[in-house]
Amino acid sequence: MLLALVATALVAVALLSEELLPRLDEAWSRHRARRRMSPVTPYDPGRDRRAEQRARTLLRSCVNDEEWAMYRELGFIRVWGTQSDGPVDPDPAARTGGAAYAYLIYPHKAIVAYLAQTHRLLNEYCVAFPDETRPYGSVRLPDSDDVLAKWMALTGDEERLISTANMHLPGRQLDPARVKRDLWRLSQWERARMRDAARSASSEPLDTAG
Amino acid sequence: MKPGHGEVLIAEGDVELAEDELRLVEEFRRQLDAGLWAAVPLMDAAGRRQAQMVRSFDDVPRDAERVIFFPRAAGGR
Repeated sequence: MLLALVATALVAVALLSEELLPRLDEAWSRHRARRRMSPVTPYDPGRDRRAEQRARTLLRSCVNDEEWAMYRELGFIRVWGTQSDGPVDPDPAARTGGAAYAYLIYPHKAIVAYLAQTHRLLNEYCVAFPDETRPYGSVRLPDSDDVLAKWMALTGDEERLISTANMHLPGRQLDPARVKRDLWRLSQWERARMRDAARSASSEPLDTAG
Repeated sequence: MKPGHGEVLIAEGDVELAEDELRLVEEFRRQLDAGLWAAVPLMDAAGRRQAQMVRSFDDVPRDAERVIFFPRAAGGR
């Protein structure tokens, strides 16, 4: 009985192998070809972190001390607008009429324009810096490089950047309540810095005398 | 600036040396031809920092320490 079963199994394997072997061989060839075609780059978990560290160093070397401290402590940078009638806006009613305005730059978020005096939000400007020279490891710039790119483009040629960006009403990408809160944090932060500066200035003569 | 890489040194040299300047001009053109924007970080007399966008090598101040190339801006979502 056992002998009969073994013999049957052997026959079955022999018959199946005619079907299976070519398929297995083909699958193995495909697998090897795939490995040859796409070189496997080992995953490097520290690459993005190192890129961000380099980007922070570069940003630090370009912006002033106040802007750097603002970015480090608040997470955004304010850049003053320079157009006499506010940022480019097809709606004449939205012109600022000479009132001072500024932009908040967040990493990988829209640039927000607002009136400096009243904190009224003017517009959101959605802008990206896509890499045209792929392939690279990531399609996004490190956070601090994105901020620096916006800072350079805004301070270097505000009109060009704003006209390139997609303009939206406030609230499309950034919660207006959050932006208002950030503006409040910024004003508190500036007051604290002014207090510190005044305190250190007044204590200097004492230090030299003592 | 390169996505996933951060700052990458492309070329360096002294513009007062003809050979270096030629190499820097060639590299500058190559970057702009690849579609990148170029900016020079500056500090004015009052200590205010800003950038100057440059479209040709002649626009780069002779005393500039560096030119930063970054991807061209496009409308985002």
